[in-house]
Amino acid sequence: MKQTWIQTWIKFQRLIKLLVAIMVVFTIHLAYSAPNLEIDTPAINALKSSMQARHGQLAPFYGSGAIGLTSNGLIAVRDAKALPLKDRQGINALVASENTDRSKLYQEIAVANGHPEWGSSIQDAFAGRWIDKAQTGWYYQAAGGWTQK
Amino acid sequence: MEKNILVLLLAGVLTACVTINIYFPAAAAQEAADQIIDDVWKIKEGDAKAPGAASETPTQDK
Repeated sequence: MKQTWIQTWIKFQRLIKLLVAIMVVFTIHLAYSAPNLEIDTPAINALKSSMQARHGQLAPFYGSGAIGLTSNGLIAVRDAKALPLKDRQGINALVASENTDRSKLYQEIAVANGHPEWGSSIQDAFAGRWIDKAQTGWYYQAAGGWTQK
Repeated sequence: MEKNILVLLLAGVLTACVTINIYFPAAAAQEAADQIIDDVWKIKEGDAKAPGAASETPTQDK
């Protein structure tokens, strides 16, 4: 009778040790699988530098309000009249290429992290951040329409 | 008996791992967005006044 009690106790102790070991493994696993999205791939870097270069052309238009940030993480022509005549032609192409790059960027990040279906969630995450980081005076799309920061 | 429990626990741990990876990591996405936007807009840390990106001449603060 006493013998079995001790055996049970030893088994119980082993079980506890096992549990602790599993918890440790699980904690380490959590720490490592937790959040860092891969954003350092050739495709992403290429899109970044293309957008970086284009920003030089776009910046004055953000400032004048000709272009605004949309609520879905893209940009749009807001007020073509704010532009000198000579710029009105080129601006649509500029906006279109920027939006192509942005859409590709969101999708590339999703793909780089093994979840192509994350594209639209990533786009949403960016949408808020673009607007938060916009300079004072720039326009962004809010619920009530274009709003100046 | 013990083996069964071990198998069960392992299965539990593995399921948990899979679950974690399925959910969209919103916080990580925001961080990634911040990094990329800072690069694209050339926003430097501690630089409240963002650069006029078109200017090629280096701005010198006195």
